[in-house]
Amino acid sequence: MPVEHTFPDSASRNAQGEFETEKMSLSMGPSHPSTHGVLRLQMELDGEIVTKADPVVGYLHRGDEKIAENMTYNQFVPYTDRLDYLAPLANNMAYAIAVEKLAKLEVPPRCQAIRVITAEMARISAHMMGLGAFGIDVGAWTVFLYSFTEREKLYKLFEELTGARFTTSYSRIGGVTRDIPEGWTDRVNAFCDQFLPNLEEILSLLTRNKIFTDRTMGIGVISREDAIGYGLTGPNLRASGVPLDLRKDKPYSGYEQYDFDVAVGTKGDAYDRYMVRGEEMRQSVRIIKQAIAKLPGGKWYAEDARKIFAPPKDKVLSSMEELIQNFMLVTEGPQMPAGEVYFEAENPKGALGFYVVSKGGGVPYRLKIRAPSFCNLSILPKVCVGAMVSDVVSILGSLDFVMGECDR
Amino acid sequence: MPKALEAIAALKGKWPGVTDRASLDQPALNVPAADLPGVLRFLKDEQGFDMLADVAGIDWSLSVSPRFTVVYHLLSTTAHDYIRVAADCPNDQAPEVPSAVDLWPGANWHEREAFDMFGIRFTGHPDLRRILMWDGYPHFPLRKDFPLSGVDTDLPDAEVVAETKTNAIAAPMAGGPFVASPGEINMTEAEPRAKDESWNERRPKPGN
Repeated sequence: MPVEHTFPDSASRNAQGEFETEKMSLSMGPSHPSTHGVLRLQMELDGEIVTKADPVVGYLHRGDEKIAENMTYNQFVPYTDRLDYLAPLANNMAYAIAVEKLAKLEVPPRCQAIRVITAEMARISAHMMGLGAFGIDVGAWTVFLYSFTEREKLYKLFEELTGARFTTSYSRIGGVTRDIPEGWTDRVNAFCDQFLPNLEEILSLLTRNKIFTDRTMGIGVISREDAIGYGLTGPNLRASGVPLDLRKDKPYSGYEQYDFDVAVGTKGDAYDRYMVRGEEMRQSVRIIKQAIAKLPGGKWYAEDARKIFAPPKDKVLSSMEELIQNFMLVTEGPQMPAGEVYFEAENPKGALGFYVVSKGGGVPYRLKIRAPSFCNLSILPKVCVGAMVSDVVSILGSLDFVMGECDR
Repeated sequence: MPKALEAIAALKGKWPGVTDRASLDQPALNVPAADLPGVLRFLKDEQGFDMLADVAGIDWSLSVSPRFTVVYHLLSTTAHDYIRVAADCPNDQAPEVPSAVDLWPGANWHEREAFDMFGIRFTGHPDLRRILMWDGYPHFPLRKDFPLSGVDTDLPDAEVVAETKTNAIAAPMAGGPFVASPGEINMTEAEPRAKDESWNERRPKPGN
């Protein structure tokens, strides 16, 4: 953390012979453990109090939107893993639904239910990570170890389902890659059963922890008006008392069938954001259990998606029609109608939006990604002012952002 | 009747320049750039579209005029409805639209991003700097005339460049595109890789 020093000398005494104080500028990040990646904060300090904070983002900018304009819709799926890389399954689903809206495709109920299960598992995994990192930020190491144990169990299940632990690329436009393996739902159910008591144990390490409450209660308070004005979404918005949850209010992928509650905070401080995330994990377990209990049979991809979905490999090697279809899919991409759609999904970090502008053909003309972390971070210059330097660490932890998504 | 349709009906009486925009999902509007602040304020204060979800710039390529469009997505947190508001930038050389920062403080970063990527200026923006690229970067990467591979550019820190003798260099194989162009009669022309093979990892770039 480079620090620019200016030492007061005798010349800085004013006419009354008192020392004049100077503001200090402090650059925090881009490589700092509490900035969760490569966020840099340029701060101006008056003693311990932050008087100005200017976040510098873009260190992880890869030009995903430019890349998307130069490849087919199918080819972009793995890039969505790398947005919020803590919940790739949820990103895959959001992107797939956005393009399905463009293609006017309806996926079968089984596919919807599988997507809901995976998205909610991704939510638990992302919140576990957020909770652990938040704990470390404010000096509670143990939480991280416990939450990573739970996350590891989830990653085992992801690996079994998708073949990858981290970058899953599971959703396809018009379906999912493959059906769930035999016995997998039982193992997910078993995970949920053991997870609930473990979650209570993990949360009990923080909820009434005196150090934790001192460092989070009343810290980084975001008012309801500010939260809406800055476009905050997800747990950060709900902690400020706005009960907006796209799963309830704009249901997609069959979320309307499931019974769950939306956790809403009252004060909008760092502690409320922590509490909302804790409750969301309990609700996610409820959704997963319901979705598994009434998991419909049938296909896991849309029959109408033939022109989008890669045909089965054995057919490609033995049948002319499938071979041609495979060739056209790889070289020219799935043919989409012209038009524009915007779709937002309730991801662990907030509303992840895709704005797709198509001129027809296999390549999007423009793909704008609305990254929740980007919007959530834009409130930092407001919320950090007046806080102590140590509070900034707590605020960053409670906002729970991911730079892969913010910088795109 | 959905909130967005109600809002559009109310809008059209007040601003005759507002027209419907083709859309495959939510209701959408084309608004003249000069009317944008009034229309957005009306949607926010009187129709309850209180959250600015997204601001996106679009480049319709060099040959098209108006070349740049700014698209706002608004969400009503009470009626749970989206509306899309698009404004064409009147000047193709120096695209400019009024800023929405005084309505939504969250517009600040979105508009900085549109400026960074497309060079669209937002009049009245308090702090229109680059956000994802570094200050002083000379190009607008999401414009259609900017190549996917990037262009050779000096890194921001002159000292680092002097020490390492490295700059931001363009990608080999022109970085793609990785998709064949439909409609080409000649297969070699349509082939993705045939686009630029004059230089790659093994063969040096001409002129270097």
